Amino acid sequence: MITSLSWLKNHLDTKANINQVAERLTEIGLEVERVNSSNTNLDSFIICKIVKSQKHPNADKLKLCDVDVGSGKIIKVVCGAENARDGLFTVYAPPGTVIPVNNMKLKIAKIRGIESHGMLCSGYELKQSSDKEGIIELSKKEKKIGEKYFQNSGEKTLDISITPNRPDCLGVRGLARDLASSGLGKLKKSSLIKLDQNFKSPIKVSIKKDKEQGCGIFGSIYIKDVKNKESPDWLKKRILSLGLKPISAIVDITNFIMFDLNRPLHAYDADKINKEIIVRNSSNGESFEALDNKKYTLQNNMCAITDKSGVLGLGGIIGGTSSGTEFSTKNIFLESAYFFPAHIRKTSKILNIDTDAKYRFERGIDPDSIKLGLELGARMIIDICGGKASKISIEGKIKDERKTINLETEKFFKIIGFSITTTEIKKILSSLGCSLKINGKKMKILPPTWRPDINEDIDLIEELARIKGYDKVPLINPEKESIKETLNNKQKVFHFAQRSVASKGYVETVTWSFTDSRIDNLFSELKKEIKLSNPISSDLDVLRSSLYTNLIIGAKKNIHRNYEDLMLFEIGPVFKGSKPGEQLTMIGAIKTGKQSRKNWIEKERNFDVYDIKNDALRVLNDVGVNSEKIFVSNKTKKWYHPGRSGLLSLGSSSGPELAYFGEIHPFIISKLDLKTDNVLGFEIILDNLPDSRKKIRETKPQYIISDYQKVVRDFAFVIDEKYSSGEIINLVKKINKELIKEVKIFDVYQGENIEAGKKSIAFNVILEPKDKTLSDNDIEEISKKIISKVQESTGAKLRS
Amino acid sequence: MFEIEKIKVQYLSKLNEPIDQNRLNEIKTELFGKNGILSKKFKELGSIPEENRKNYASELNLLKNELQELIIKKNEEIQNQEINKKLKDDNIDITLPGRSYFNGKIHPVSQVIDEVTSIFSEIGFSVEEGPDVESEYYNFSALNTPENHPARDMHDTFYLDYSKDLLLRTHTSPVQVRTMLKSKPPFKIIAPGRTYRHDSDQTHSPMFHQLEGLHIDKNINMGHLKGCLYYFVKKFFEVDKVKIRFRPSHFPFTEPSAEVDIGYKINDGKIKIGEGDNWLEILGCGMVHPNVLKNAKVNPNQYQGYAFGVGIDRLAMLKYGINDLRAFFDSDIRWLKFYGFDPLDIPTNYRGLSR
Repeated sequence: MITSLSWLKNHLDTKANINQVAERLTEIGLEVERVNSSNTNLDSFIICKIVKSQKHPNADKLKLCDVDVGSGKIIKVVCGAENARDGLFTVYAPPGTVIPVNNMKLKIAKIRGIESHGMLCSGYELKQSSDKEGIIELSKKEKKIGEKYFQNSGEKTLDISITPNRPDCLGVRGLARDLASSGLGKLKKSSLIKLDQNFKSPIKVSIKKDKEQGCGIFGSIYIKDVKNKESPDWLKKRILSLGLKPISAIVDITNFIMFDLNRPLHAYDADKINKEIIVRNSSNGESFEALDNKKYTLQNNMCAITDKSGVLGLGGIIGGTSSGTEFSTKNIFLESAYFFPAHIRKTSKILNIDTDAKYRFERGIDPDSIKLGLELGARMIIDICGGKASKISIEGKIKDERKTINLETEKFFKIIGFSITTTEIKKILSSLGCSLKINGKKMKILPPTWRPDINEDIDLIEELARIKGYDKVPLINPEKESIKETLNNKQKVFHFAQRSVASKGYVETVTWSFTDSRIDNLFSELKKEIKLSNPISSDLDVLRSSLYTNLIIGAKKNIHRNYEDLMLFEIGPVFKGSKPGEQLTMIGAIKTGKQSRKNWIEKERNFDVYDIKNDALRVLNDVGVNSEKIFVSNKTKKWYHPGRSGLLSLGSSSGPELAYFGEIHPFIISKLDLKTDNVLGFEIILDNLPDSRKKIRETKPQYIISDYQKVVRDFAFVIDEKYSSGEIINLVKKINKELIKEVKIFDVYQGENIEAGKKSIAFNVILEPKDKTLSDNDIEEISKKIISKVQESTGAKLRS
Repeated sequence: MFEIEKIKVQYLSKLNEPIDQNRLNEIKTELFGKNGILSKKFKELGSIPEENRKNYASELNLLKNELQELIIKKNEEIQNQEINKKLKDDNIDITLPGRSYFNGKIHPVSQVIDEVTSIFSEIGFSVEEGPDVESEYYNFSALNTPENHPARDMHDTFYLDYSKDLLLRTHTSPVQVRTMLKSKPPFKIIAPGRTYRHDSDQTHSPMFHQLEGLHIDKNINMGHLKGCLYYFVKKFFEVDKVKIRFRPSHFPFTEPSAEVDIGYKINDGKIKIGEGDNWLEILGCGMVHPNVLKNAKVNPNQYQGYAFGVGIDRLAMLKYGINDLRAFFDSDIRWLKFYGFDPLDIPTNYRGLSR
């Protein structure tokens, strides 16, 4: 909502200056986003002509235009609008201009390799219309190349952000009322409107009793023998101050009343109406051309204003060109109606139309302002354009939905924290337009018709708090006591795991939950991808089912910038279905490139599967999974190298799956053009981690300090290659769990001197006695056991 | 006696000559070996006449101690000399770098979530979570934002189905309702998480993070809300004084509603939070609307309280001077390393929130 101090003063007696007004508006919840000085920025927009437009050499959808900006100067501008064409008169913004809709400052910029000196503007960019489709097309009258597009209103304006609950403040009078209530002046009484109304409107109006009829009340007045013309200066200035362009007196008057009183009106050229007005539900396929020069095809049950010939406009949203007023218009049919907000919203959503009228009707217009709107409209039209007004016709009736609200003063204190007197309540609420009946501490309050947002006592309490000022709310220091522990077990594991992974050298990234389905499918086992119905772009079309997708995309970008040795991880949700809760919390981590690269002290070494396996194991250990209980198996997923990947599960290979790790499948790596052949990763399924109810201290046994030396013995076997090291380690450990602390593989060899199909495997066994020093005999005995166990179970031969 | 004196003179002079470890060992053996001079003398003690024996033995002991001490000292000297000799040639280029390693980092969003959690933990809040995919009901209707309410325009929504029943949550507020439905009041929770809006340009990211706060009890009023947020802002920005403004606003799920601005100024191109004449909006809040309590099966005649929502990414940008929101989610290793935090840098109360 835009207004100026002089306009406000039409309704408010105040000595305050514009800054004081701005400050107060913000304090009472009508946030002033900007105080615009008489908008010198708008002066930079210039009327121009496209001399020549051709296709941009590097982009199909862009055009390169030679633009005449006056005095023979031709400038090159890149433009994406479809309607940019040779000979078009439009609006040019030079570099340095601030674009009203987003406050972005234009710079000379290279667009797909070609410099664009400024921009051609759409109505949307200039905040003049909702039309984003093309650039502005100027009519013949405006063909003055090089002149300013905006005329200057010369006055500072306030740009106010109005919350959706306050339709009344979409009119200047509403703002004035709130300011007066807060003590910054006095609301002026509205003056009586006198009209001579000696005849009945020749146009009959009826509202059809359709199911879900969108129109509640349709008021109208007929004004004959007018002479439409340009608005007088004072009115032009008002219209300009809104950032709009004056069009004609009749259109400007309806706009003025909409912004002055929040009362939308619509003026028809009465001679273009075929006999009568019928407000009815549209039927599928009916169409009309609207004032934004677009043709709309309607669906069933939209609220159409029609005559005998067809649809004239969409009630409360937009009028049609067929019945629009022109300078030649002689007789006017002026509409002032009430449309139901939900209905307006539904229709405008379907058709994607946004207009000032729609914006107001969907928030709720004062149904009691119909008559006032017609009278004021007619009065102004007659004053400026002459003519005679008919009697007012009002069809339809709506139920007064207002409720009388009981308010107890104590409740204000209970919710807000400071107290208020009955006198103050009375003063504030009546200044806002409420009617009050007071009986001791009990109050019965009826809100005004322009406040559809006030329905219960809490709404009144908000009004009182806002007008009194939030600065009066006391500051109560927080209490320190808690109801329960800050984090539950799962949350603790999350935080622990996150920092654990980072402590292994991985850099945390956070990426969007949606991603490119073509890549995500490579890492997915879902039968059906989880598609967004309105993705932001076609390469962000699904919810991710794996963390690898974005990690690989991210890695690729870095690798292509020559940052090729990477350790990246993300912790967060992956999605398994499109219903709430069908998501898992996972860690995904990848490393790619080399652990060490051309270096005086080390050999070059690629990251390998054993690096990634260790990282996964260490993280699991860090978050409290006992390493003894982690089982390594070669179960894997389709996105891993089938022979260089595995599963870490709890207890056994069929236990809960804790993590997968391994080399990413060479197929995927080549498909994604990663410029590396070495990508490794692990995925930890945090939701599968055992949820231990016990503290670590509770599960640990007493530690027994041993004074006895540890003993290390080496063994080497030639064994069938089908046996994995893991199997041998487990076999040996089981022989004496008390005594054998660790089994460490130190050599695995296949090749020369070893029979085909066999391998040599060497390991040492670490013995940690608890109760005595091991004698040579003891050691001999356990060694024999180890040898015979391995030989018996696997057919291995001891190497000498 | 003369003999002892002779040995003494002879060996003191031998030991004082420049000798090496081998020579020292020889001397040691000459004196104290099985057939060493002194060992022999001790063996001969028995043959010394009774009257001289005591005196002789004492002299002999004195000599033994003196020589032993000297040998130990000499031994040390020689060893030191040898080490010094080795050290003389043992120089490496210590400016050469060591073996490769990788430094991990924590993302600023995660760090700020931890900071904020630490702050609210101090005043008794616990952490709740909710799903990223929400139903229309929890995201809007239950929060007093019925279908066709214009407030829905402020939430450009991603949908998962064409009937628009399933969506990506546009704020963390649905966690309020879910939390209240699964337990009984009082409630004192925060809920950090991912949120999504169909909005993508230089200052908007289609995914961002919010922190929801909810405190419901029998007598929680707007003063408690104010106190809580003052506490939070002061702690978070780690300043003693902070300029805060509560400004009336409107959210369908709170009433009265407020937006909170903090004062700031720009000093040498850097933003200074908490003072100055400019205002920056950082969060929205208010007293939970009775309709929301009703939808969450909490009796609004018995219970009341406040809720707030704050943008985590924005907090991170303000506190750590990060300009570009889009870079947060771009996985650029250079950015992540520059703005990321050491994993050991866990925000705590006792050690300070940040370094």
